[in-house]
Amino acid sequence: MEPRAVGAPATVGTSLPRVDGVAKVTGRARYLDDLDAPGVWYGATVRSKIPHGVLDGFDLDPGYDWAGTGTVFVTAADIPGKNMILLIEEDQVALVPVGGRVMHVDEALALVAAPTKALAIAACAAVTPRITVKPAIFTMDAALAAEVKLYGDDNVYKQFLIRKGHARDAEFEAIVAGAAHVIEGEYVTGAQEQMYIEPQAMMAEWREGRCYIVGSMQCPYYVHKAMKALLGCGPTDVVIAQSVTGGGFGGKEEYPSMLAGHVALLAHKAQRAVKIVYERDEDIAATTKRHPARTRHRLAVDAAGEIVAIDVDCVMDGGAYLTLSPVVLSRGVLHAAGPYRCAVTRVRGRCVATNHPPHGAFRGFGAPQTTFPYERQIEKLAVLRGEDPLALRTRLALRKGDSTATSQILGASVGSDEVLTAIRDCAGTPPVRAGVAANGSPLRRGRGVCFYFHGAGFTGSGEARLAGRAQVAVVAGGRFEVRASSTDIGQGAITMFTQIASDALNVDPARVVVVDPNTRDVPDSGPTVASRTCMVVGGVVDRCCRRVRGRLEAWGREHGVTGDLAALANAYVESGAPELADMVQYEPPPGIAWDDATYTGAAYPVFGWGACLVDVEVDLDTYEVKLLRCVQAIDVGKAINPIIVKGQIEGGTLQALGWALLENIVYREGRVANASMTNCIVPTFADAPELETIMVEVPYPFGPSGAKGVGEIPMDGPAAAVANAVSDALGCAFDEIPILPEVVAASRDRWRLA
Amino acid sequence: MKIELEVNGQPRTAEVSPWARLLDVLREDLRLTGTKEGCGEGECGACSVLLDGEVVNACIVAAGQCHGRRVVTVEGLARGEVLHAVQRALVACGGAQCGICTPGIAVCAAHVIDRKLLAGKPVAEARAAVRELLAGNICRCTGYQLIVDAVLVAVDEVGDS
Amino acid sequence: MTPETAYTRPRDLAEALAVRAAQPSWMVLAGGTDLMVSAIHKRVPAGILDLWRLPGVGAITEGAGGGLVIGAGATWLEIGRDARVAKAWSPLALAAREIGALQIQARGTLGGNIGTSSPVGDSLPALLALDAEIEVASVRGRRRVPYAAWCTGYRTTALAADELIVAAHLPPLAAGTHLAWRKVGTRRAQSISKVMGAAAMRVECGVVTDARIALGAVADRPIRIAAVEQAVRGLARAAAAEAARAAMRGAIRPIDDVRSSASYRDLVAENLVARFFSGMI
Ligand SMILES: Cc1cc2nc3c(=O)[nH]c(=O)nc-3n(C[C@H](O)[C@H](O)[C@H](O)COP(=O)(O)OP(=O)(O)OC[C@H]3O[C@@H](n4cnc5c(N)ncnc54)[C@H](O)[C@@H]3O)c2cc1C
Ligand code: FES
Ligand code: FES
Repeated sequence: MEPRAVGAPATVGTSLPRVDGVAKVTGRARYLDDLDAPGVWYGATVRSKIPHGVLDGFDLDPGYDWAGTGTVFVTAADIPGKNMILLIEEDQVALVPVGGRVMHVDEALALVAAPTKALAIAACAAVTPRITVKPAIFTMDAALAAEVKLYGDDNVYKQFLIRKGHARDAEFEAIVAGAAHVIEGEYVTGAQEQMYIEPQAMMAEWREGRCYIVGSMQCPYYVHKAMKALLGCGPTDVVIAQSVTGGGFGGKEEYPSMLAGHVALLAHKAQRAVKIVYERDEDIAATTKRHPARTRHRLAVDAAGEIVAIDVDCVMDGGAYLTLSPVVLSRGVLHAAGPYRCAVTRVRGRCVATNHPPHGAFRGFGAPQTTFPYERQIEKLAVLRGEDPLALRTRLALRKGDSTATSQILGASVGSDEVLTAIRDCAGTPPVRAGVAANGSPLRRGRGVCFYFHGAGFTGSGEARLAGRAQVAVVAGGRFEVRASSTDIGQGAITMFTQIASDALNVDPARVVVVDPNTRDVPDSGPTVASRTCMVVGGVVDRCCRRVRGRLEAWGREHGVTGDLAALANAYVESGAPELADMVQYEPPPGIAWDDATYTGAAYPVFGWGACLVDVEVDLDTYEVKLLRCVQAIDVGKAINPIIVKGQIEGGTLQALGWALLENIVYREGRVANASMTNCIVPTFADAPELETIMVEVPYPFGPSGAKGVGEIPMDGPAAAVANAVSDALGCAFDEIPILPEVVAASRDRWRLA
Repeated sequence: MKIELEVNGQPRTAEVSPWARLLDVLREDLRLTGTKEGCGEGECGACSVLLDGEVVNACIVAAGQCHGRRVVTVEGLARGEVLHAVQRALVACGGAQCGICTPGIAVCAAHVIDRKLLAGKPVAEARAAVRELLAGNICRCTGYQLIVDAVLVAVDEVGDS
Repeated sequence: MTPETAYTRPRDLAEALAVRAAQPSWMVLAGGTDLMVSAIHKRVPAGILDLWRLPGVGAITEGAGGGLVIGAGATWLEIGRDARVAKAWSPLALAAREIGALQIQARGTLGGNIGTSSPVGDSLPALLALDAEIEVASVRGRRRVPYAAWCTGYRTTALAADELIVAAHLPPLAAGTHLAWRKVGTRRAQSISKVMGAAAMRVECGVVTDARIALGAVADRPIRIAAVEQAVRGLARAAAAEAARAAMRGAIRPIDDVRSSASYRDLVAENLVARFFSGMI
């Protein structure tokens, strides 16, 4: 790295206030629904009430004044291109065509747009779809039994089998049979709603044959790709722009393509701007959630307590369409053996089709579902051996030079010891086991820990294939424009890019402008997912800035202009020379080898490491679990902006704690029965404990200033720590989340209270 | 009906149904879009505004009931370009991430501070009180920790001045 | 198009009653925290009779003989902060402080809770345990109805089409009466009750001589548990707790819904009622 000029304070590593902070605290930041859109019409979606069937047609209530209001009605027949939401496979339609298969409750069947929201709602209610009902399936077992076929012959969207240290099942079983102990368990994790506070929102308008779409999203180029196919147009005929986005957490990764398609179709037919902002109940009912999962895990250990074999079989419910399921499953299986030394592992994963609304991306992306099982298993090993849970994990943890379940040899930036030590150092004494509340209720307390890792960036050769790009340009006023399609969805991407650029250019952060992403003005940096924005795109921005700086300095020397880079930039712009811009493409670090056929090799460029400690208190009258304490120690490589990183960790941590204790999707016959914010609850201020966050920095040589991913990792571990703590408090195993009070109540017969 | 109300110190009028939501009057009729809608159920607090000096959810207040009353929205917290102490603290402490909950939180927290609802409380108690007083404002991004920090910083600042 | 909704904000109770009598189909709107939820999906009312801050029906005043009269328009914030309620009728104060969160407490009224009389209305078991009477008025005059006779079924009440709720009357409690309140909700704040209950237990010379035990969210309406009230009479505290637990078995028939299960509600209700006696201070 180049030395910095004397006197220019580095901003990387400092908590520069968020660039968009003032706009957000004053209400000036404009989200989709805040944009001025004179004459805009409102769209609404006609949805299925049936989980599986064939669409026979629609009845339009003549009682609604269709003509007088000018209301437009759009069906699949109005789609100019291919009726599909292009992502991985071409299986999900934008609107079910007449004669086509209805795959889930709340699937979009038709659309309406009207001059007011109230009219749009009324028009929607005036459409009755006619559907011939077919038998539906809602459980993973029913999917695997495949009596009703939803996908292929076996309802399996995708499966993986990863072997290490053995070639055949018989060989594997022989090793397990030779173990001193085999701990077996079955673990269930539930669906989870992202519950971003800004619902899905999108607006489209056609001008001179070109479609302009703006909205709340994580990945403008995903939407762009989907729109080209759906609208049957070329890359410049559709422009996708991100508006300020009120949270995503994965929920605005794939679904916005669907909504963008809907507003584009409506705007086309209505010949004016049309927007759709989902109602909260609609958003909860119809959009993607975290995949529910069931995992069987066998942990075989020898007499000395060394792990001799790990066997994992994980099934996830993908819902009614494939969407991103194969990738979620992939990340799940790649993390399923855990950050522990083991020579022999077998990991099997299957994602199946059901008639639930499609499950999709959510922070952690499959890894939380497989982290929970292995960390419960390790806890059971600690109980079995009477070994201190933290010491046991420290003893078995992967370190530099060890090999993972995919036989990846860990190189630099392995923070396992650091995070475990950090937790040990702040653990203090466990809470007093028994107590009595002020109201007389008996209490039992317990402690749980967990240890985990999370791969940063895309899997395997994914980043090389994506080839994310970013551009930096010198613009008027001596400013530097960063052009990347990575979106700021609250995680602080704009501020992080500003800091990286400011340091790389050696200019004041105020000189850096991060452009609001749209597909006309910014290159494709790859999607804003997979904890990759800082580590991968940030690195690209860094290199790009250094190139621009070099070129500008060379220009200065050539033209006899002196001064700092800002002065040079000013002079350059004033000279009237053509725009000075540079585009850089991601280059994978050397030595990354991945074999997609056998699923072996370097699954991720690098891993983040985490450890977590949770103390709980269970009320034996009400069976409620109260969080007394939660400490997370996370190795982030380098915190570019410590406060933003802390906020990322804490936000992810509370989502994980909520998933563990109270977030629950109640499916009834394929329908989300608790689709309201009142009933589909997430933690409030009062539910959250004081969160203790320890940032550990074990630098990653190929990330900007040593940074690696932080977005997802905090989501992976805490649920297991909570379950371990509740199990400790009550002396019996909790292998299913959420651990609702109802679940604790039902476990009464198993309690062994100390 | 025609409603007359005071919004952020200014007299305003709007021709709306008495059954319209205050939220829509503010956002659509008066084009004050700082107040957000997260649920329309009174659950999330993104639409928090002050009505006659109390914090309410604008999505569940009928427009007719606001005739002749005083409303303060997030746009009214700052004095010109000088932000309210809690707005400054939210920026400085990282209490705003995606920012969609932030206007509601700023309004509610400013009310808590201006009404001195935390006065004289030691830190631990004040933090617990903030968690109770702001429990009607849901934030999915932050885990709340940095927001609680920000409110306490703002309390200190206001207390000092 | 639907005709514009009419709107009236009466100056006093007399005017309100006159409008009510003339327009029985109009919506009676107080804080709106029940009526306005998801308003854009609701049927537009023909008219609104606005009771928010109606003079004369919002105050908390001392009643005859040491009782307390809480005006229908009193908000949860006002009730929760009232020293008299907290001191002598604590279940109602505690319920008020646990309703929703700040925004709901600023707007929601006692009259609204009584008007809706949902099984999960948090003040209602408190009203039952405190032996409250609901006072209603109409152009025909006034009457008082004990809460037990007020709620007639799932979200139905004894309110006549021309009546308005004016107040809840809380009688003074006999010396030696212990009070208790407990809410178990879906989470720690902004939460709907899964089970909640209130108790007024009179103890003389170490023996329970009288008890009113009320529960919410365990039936189609808030209910008193007569079986427990009878079972504990004449027993010392510890024995009363055991007798209460035994009497709870089969005393309620809660339901499964998206928020909880019948068996959980049954179990927790039993625990709470027993704890009311054993946890008495
Ligand atoms: C987010 C949220 C959280 C909530 N949490 C809780 C909770 O924890 N516990 C709880 O119990 N409730 C809760 N509620 C429900 C509601 O806040 C309470 O029931 C509140 O007391 C209703 O009062 P209001 O004045 O707002 O009623 P309104 O909505 O104005 O009216 C409710 C009903 O009462 C009638 N009414 C009101 N006043 C009178 C009167 N004087 N005479 C005749 N009829 C009248 C109305 O016609 C209507 O039928 C919550 C609501 C929301 C939106
Ligand atoms: S939008 Fe009003 S409380 Fe959520
Ligand atoms: S900052 Fe995103 S919801 Fe609070």
